[in-house]
Amino acid sequence: MEFRSRASHVKLNGAVKAYGVGGGGSRVSMYLVAPDVDVSLEDFEQYALDRLRVLIAIEENRSRGKRAEEVDSAVSDLWKKHMRTVHSDAQQQKDVISHFVLRLVHCRTEELRRWFMEMETALFRFRFKAESPESQKAFIEDHKLPYKSISSGEFEAMKEKLAQVMRSSNQSASLIGETNFYKVPFEEVLDLVATRRVYVHQGHAFVPRDQLVTIVSNHFRSMLSQSLILTNRNWTAMFAAQEEDRLSPILEALSKRYLAPDYSKSVSGSSVALQDLDGLAMRSFPLCMRHLYLKLQEDHHLRHGGRQQLGLFLKGIGLKLEDALAFWRGAFAPRMPAEKFDKEYAYNVRHNYGKEGKRTDYTPYSCMYIIMSNPGVGDHHGCPFRHFSAENLHAALSGMRLEPKTIDEVMEKTRGRHYQLACAATFEGSHNCQCDGINHPNQYFSQSQNYLKEQAENASQMETDS
Amino acid sequence: MGADNADPMDEDRVEEVGAEASADSRVVYEDFSPDYLRIYYARLFPYAEIYKWLSYGHDGKHPGCDATIMSRREFSFTLEHDIYIRYLSFHDVAEMEATIKSKCPHKIDIGALYNVEPAKRSAYAGGSDRVFASVERELVFDIDMTDYDDIRTCCSGADICLKCWPLMNVAIKILDTVLREDFGFEHLLWVYSGRRGVHCWVCDTRARRLSNEARSAIARYLTLYKGNENTTKKVSLTGPSLHPALSRAYEICRGYFEEHILPNQGLLRSEEQFDKVLELVPDESAVRTQMRDRWKRASTSKDDVSAIRWKHLKQTLENKKLAPSVRRSVEEIVFSYTYPRLDIEVSKHMNHLLKAPFCIHPKTGRVCVPIDPLDCDNFDPTTVPTLGQLLYDLNNEGGKAGPEVKDLEKTSLNAAVRLFQTKFLDPLQRANKAEITCSYQQKLQQTSATNVLSW
Repeated sequence: MEFRSRASHVKLNGAVKAYGVGGGGSRVSMYLVAPDVDVSLEDFEQYALDRLRVLIAIEENRSRGKRAEEVDSAVSDLWKKHMRTVHSDAQQQKDVISHFVLRLVHCRTEELRRWFMEMETALFRFRFKAESPESQKAFIEDHKLPYKSISSGEFEAMKEKLAQVMRSSNQSASLIGETNFYKVPFEEVLDLVATRRVYVHQGHAFVPRDQLVTIVSNHFRSMLSQSLILTNRNWTAMFAAQEEDRLSPILEALSKRYLAPDYSKSVSGSSVALQDLDGLAMRSFPLCMRHLYLKLQEDHHLRHGGRQQLGLFLKGIGLKLEDALAFWRGAFAPRMPAEKFDKEYAYNVRHNYGKEGKRTDYTPYSCMYIIMSNPGVGDHHGCPFRHFSAENLHAALSGMRLEPKTIDEVMEKTRGRHYQLACAATFEGSHNCQCDGINHPNQYFSQSQNYLKEQAENASQMETDS
Repeated sequence: MGADNADPMDEDRVEEVGAEASADSRVVYEDFSPDYLRIYYARLFPYAEIYKWLSYGHDGKHPGCDATIMSRREFSFTLEHDIYIRYLSFHDVAEMEATIKSKCPHKIDIGALYNVEPAKRSAYAGGSDRVFASVERELVFDIDMTDYDDIRTCCSGADICLKCWPLMNVAIKILDTVLREDFGFEHLLWVYSGRRGVHCWVCDTRARRLSNEARSAIARYLTLYKGNENTTKKVSLTGPSLHPALSRAYEICRGYFEEHILPNQGLLRSEEQFDKVLELVPDESAVRTQMRDRWKRASTSKDDVSAIRWKHLKQTLENKKLAPSVRRSVEEIVFSYTYPRLDIEVSKHMNHLLKAPFCIHPKTGRVCVPIDPLDCDNFDPTTVPTLGQLLYDLNNEGGKAGPEVKDLEKTSLNAAVRLFQTKFLDPLQRANKAEITCSYQQKLQQTSATNVLSW
């Protein structure tokens, strides 16, 4: 990266050395080369903010469990709204510049990188899909991606299986035609394999052309993943010190502005005491944690997934390591002697607090992570709105003593697969106040605590008044 | 057992039951004792075969061999009183043999192949540019009978019997077919875990080099059963037809369901039982109530009542007037009761440890013997030799046989080691040899090509 001495301008080129040739005529970019242009600091920040709005909206849409088509149309609107410029070539420039600025913003930690990669890939996916077949084909040729159509002999041999896959995954069978399938090593299309949307035979996946977007976006993702690591290395090695007063604060601010707060450290030194947990669980835990907490007391045991989900949450609300050990030991005690606990489970608790193994301070799970988890037999973790059957969810909600009206509302949202909205409605029902949306169990907790504190202050105020 | 996923409690929950049931009839020989184990390691454990396997052909003299392959492999031991030792590694078969004999581990786990010797990993921790990381690992699967507790009526927890064991055979058949036909893998090792399940080790080079993401994807491709304690319906099929892999699996499942699981578990025998099955039929249809009334009226205690009632249910659900989702429930029921349930965490990560074949399960004393997937129906876990059995063989058969007969050949373990050798190791070694030669020649060609250019 070159940063001109002129305080008001930034030259982006060089930060991310060329990793290949640039894209051809297609409007979608792989962002292989940073643009060789001067950008005013003002644009630098403004472009990045505009793109960030789009990325954040994508995340919100996805976490509400909206269907692919709904997300697509939302992204389309957002892109038009935030990224449009007066001249069309300026728009391309804005696209590229904003991408590279946000790369700088999000290259510095694993968490930021992962978030940026997810959202940019989703955006790329959407934009590639919107291109015409010709332009998609041109894109693949321009980038020399090694995907070939299957031969007519191969096609004849597996025609029926291909049709069966299309039907089984509700894809249009009209695509069945010999030039319409690409043969790729299955490792290239893992998500299509995992969801059984392709025919897999002898280590190859046979990908219908309209799924080509998956392969290309996987390629995009891995390219971006490598680039982010390089960008991070270059930035720390060469520019961080020099840009300490100018760009760093901008980047820092951008990386925080819209992201959910960091729950890896307990909220500003607040801590909870062991003896208060029971009460807190009933008043301020979101349903997922409340369920785990109750199950733990009932069974005196939780399986690994449950221990992780609850354990990290408790750490996030400020349960100290010593108290956490005491808590789990006590909970297991009726079925397990303390020595056995210390031998087999204490390690894991300390591990979560960064005192063992890799010594990473583990972050409490977000709603996104919990919703995507895959609880199995004997497991109680996961998101109740996502993973419970309707009857069990109903029972669990009744257990929170919610009004029937609220329960109906929650069930309705759950049916629409709006899991986080359902959780927010649960919050409103049990707190009698507005909720700004839930995207982290620890956020649910702190919102609840803030509300209760306010209530208590109001009450004592009234007492003094009277 | 990886530290991250260890869940010893699940194992203990069922311990007491397991211990009772496995009290063998043998008077003199216990199933398991640390003293026997010492003799087992001294005279019977197939060191050479295990070593051959994990060297993947690199223990030879070919110039393309990488002699460090074995020394970069992690082993971990569980000693008496549950003391774990992780990150062990051995330079050669002699060192492996000597260490196992001296430590006499109750359990040996095999981990990943790392970029450097696991024993020297601390040199790479912190600060240095090189990090200690896994580079290769067999793709492994673990299927555990406890995951089927909601459908078993014969036993629960760690107990198994011949009534529920067919569940493992379905799992073996289905996984074996998918891994060979769909993913093109050839070198699969199936092993009885010694107690209540089976393990599969996929040893092809391509499989060993899969990323964690690819491992997850394969595991998800294989997973149909998605439920936890809070859902009733664990298998939901979508789309107007089944994916080819599932329709192939269905044929296997249906056979086992109708022949073994349905009659053995008496799935439709009592009201309590058939209610559980009927719950899987969508309740908006009248079928549920209709069947329930019919079966309650004609209560019968005949042995084949489950088979007869299953026929009723199938015929009723064949009705073309019913919604497709209702008719679909025949398949969903069959899958719910027979489709393999994987412990997916084991397969997802390269670093996960898995018990080595030919270990002795300390709770049952049984050897973790290989299973021939083509002949799994004839595998009987209750006749797998125990440590006590092997000692008995050594002392009795061994007394009769002359000194020229090897110890192993005197025991019932011999057949298991031969199976490992002929069905798994021999073909694997042929492939290893071809691969090493081939990649060596490629390398030579590349070097000669650069030579020409720089000339």
